[in-house]
Amino acid sequence: MEKKVLMKGNEALAEAAMRSGCRHFFGYPITPQTELAAYMAKQMPKRGGTFLQAESEVAAINMVYGAAGAGARVMTSSSSPGISLKQEGISYIAGADLPCVIINIVRGGPGLGGIQPAQSDYFQATKGGGHGDYRLLVYAPSSVQEMADLVGVAFDKADTYRMPAMIMGDGMLGQMMEPVSFKEPIAPEDLPQKEWATCGTGMKRKKNIINSLYLTPDELEELNDARLKRYETILKDEVLFEEYQTEDAELIFVAYGTIARIVMSSVNTLREQGIKAGLIRPITLWPFPSEIINQRADSAKMFLTVEMSQGQMVEDVRLAVNGKKPVYFYGRNGGMVPEQEAIVEEAKKYLQK
Amino acid sequence: METVFDRPHALSDVVTNFCPGCTHGIITRLVAEVLDELGMEGKAVGVAPVGCSVMAYNFYECDMQEAAHGRAPAVATGIKRVHPENLVFTYQGDGDLAAIGTAETVHAAARSENITIIFVNNAIYGMTGGQMAPTSLVGQVTQTTPYGRKVEDQGYPIRMSEMLSTLEGSAYIERVAVDSVPNIRKAKAAIKKAFQCQLDKKGFSLVEVLSTCPTNWGKSPEEALDWLRENMMPQYPLGVYCDKLSKEGE
Amino acid sequence: MIQKIIFAGFGGQGVLFAGKTLAYAGMDEELQISWLPSYGPEMRGGTANCSVILSDEPIGSPVITSPDILIAMNKPSLEKFENAVAPGGLIVLDSFLIDKKVERDDVDVIYIPAKQLAEENGNATLGNMIMLGASLKHKDMISLEAVCRSVEEHTPQSRAALAELNKKMITIGYQY
Repeated sequence: MEKKVLMKGNEALAEAAMRSGCRHFFGYPITPQTELAAYMAKQMPKRGGTFLQAESEVAAINMVYGAAGAGARVMTSSSSPGISLKQEGISYIAGADLPCVIINIVRGGPGLGGIQPAQSDYFQATKGGGHGDYRLLVYAPSSVQEMADLVGVAFDKADTYRMPAMIMGDGMLGQMMEPVSFKEPIAPEDLPQKEWATCGTGMKRKKNIINSLYLTPDELEELNDARLKRYETILKDEVLFEEYQTEDAELIFVAYGTIARIVMSSVNTLREQGIKAGLIRPITLWPFPSEIINQRADSAKMFLTVEMSQGQMVEDVRLAVNGKKPVYFYGRNGGMVPEQEAIVEEAKKYLQK
Repeated sequence: METVFDRPHALSDVVTNFCPGCTHGIITRLVAEVLDELGMEGKAVGVAPVGCSVMAYNFYECDMQEAAHGRAPAVATGIKRVHPENLVFTYQGDGDLAAIGTAETVHAAARSENITIIFVNNAIYGMTGGQMAPTSLVGQVTQTTPYGRKVEDQGYPIRMSEMLSTLEGSAYIERVAVDSVPNIRKAKAAIKKAFQCQLDKKGFSLVEVLSTCPTNWGKSPEEALDWLRENMMPQYPLGVYCDKLSKEGE
Repeated sequence: MIQKIIFAGFGGQGVLFAGKTLAYAGMDEELQISWLPSYGPEMRGGTANCSVILSDEPIGSPVITSPDILIAMNKPSLEKFENAVAPGGLIVLDSFLIDKKVERDDVDVIYIPAKQLAEENGNATLGNMIMLGASLKHKDMISLEAVCRSVEEHTPQSRAALAELNKKMITIGYQY
């Protein structure tokens, strides 16, 4: 690891991407992710890469499709309304088994919504978003350092499983500065070759085809089922989460990203008041850390999911707890961020029941 | 015995999905012949569209990608930016290129993206069963203009070659037809020139090919060729609309 | 120890930069730090503020609801944040720009004509550095030396003159 620097989350995502061997970025301006694109625009030419501002999010994601199919590590970034536009391309990328990294700096919705931090795109990210049976690897960092670290993980796993990976942040994480240190850069030429990529046959091999069209149903089902097998491996091997004070906790919070930091402060406050609270912070939203939540349901009395939405991840928490214990929800939305004190009060409300 | 006619090497030995009498087959073959003649099969990456040539990834021996409807120029952009030394081309119909993919087309040209587009204009949506295309003629009867395309309701057909040639990014744009042997030879020369334009790094090139759709026009193949000559050619005059290669040679 | 500071003023007064300067100094002192700006649709004008946290433990929320120190560079900022300041906290306000006294009696206040001092010392736009300097008098803040060292460290060689000027203004604020 190198010396720490002070950087915005959005910039750290861009720097980490380039250090992971990403030399192609296609984007379209939208608040609050603009620093990422600006950083790419400044740095890519210096590092022999491509930064291209596309005519639309739709075009940008299809450029990503082309570049990914051509074998490159490629990234795009946007915020909620732009990610909605990209869903067509994301479905095709998943259907063609292409790796790429998509950043969503989530803002309040629906529609144009607002530009303040939100987590209301959880369903879209983890339950499909576009058409068809497919999944994204979804990572939810909660600090600038973790944003940088997870970019590398996302590129590696996307390549391993040949599928798109998404990093979900929000305006708060994107705009805030924290010290961050980066890994040594990998040059694109040192990355493993992708033998399936379209880079010209050189008259030496059979042609490669990047495609998601299969008009015979049995062929399509077979391919989809092969993909499902990979998804099952991911569910087993790629779950990431962090636990905080859960061992003896009576009340376990479940929260991710920005809000998990705030909940962590709430846990501390509750502990100071003699209340045994803990936190499970999913780092991967898909695959979701269901197993640990289910295990903790044996010892905890209740769960309280806190989100910057009207309640999306809470559905997965309930599925994980599977009726063992009550699962409550507290959230603010539209760009409102739950305050530490309010979370403490909410927890006490349920504990006194 | 001397071989006087054969399948081009770049053309796969597969059955196409084109209807009998449709001129898509000719255009598909011309592209393969040019790839052979330029010795570029091994360096080419093609992009298939959505429409009648959706299966084009099966028709060529070079690497291929299938794009979403209208997005082929964006996909080609992605490929070309990764592999600038490859020959990257798209093969698109009129609905794909001039309706759902207009933005991608116009901006690829505006960026002078160094790719080549083979644009097949048959004035109708073929694959989906004969709906009005952005290039359908005024008065043309289609499934979605059963009383003929009316200016008051559906407006005017788009002349893509003329429109794109106004952009500074366009390097070579020509409109050709495949209705006769002389025109087929000219079409092939145009495709070759467009590919050469890309190899010379001159920027965006597009060849618009007037093509028939006997099935959806409700005509015999021969009648369809006549209809193309009598109705499409006046609306879509053949010729070179933009040529930066020759200009620089002068 | 955890120190929560809000820098607030009009866009263009350099509140974000003042916060960054402190954040860098905190980082160099090997503290945990976070710097969080307010952001909105307007690029210029309007109010701007940033929240800086310095801590020797991992920082939970980067959002400050109750600052230990408020650095107010205009009247709306004072009005917005005055009541949020933690009891026993510190308010530093630019008395040249704010014609109002702090109403609370459970906080310390430094009235400093920062913009005027900056102007008298050669650069009217560096009131933000004066204010930062004044805030360093709080007992739990980073030392003046550490901040000056950090300013030097993080200013590019090509702009060494600016680093000198910033250090001078910070020192003037501190010594006021």
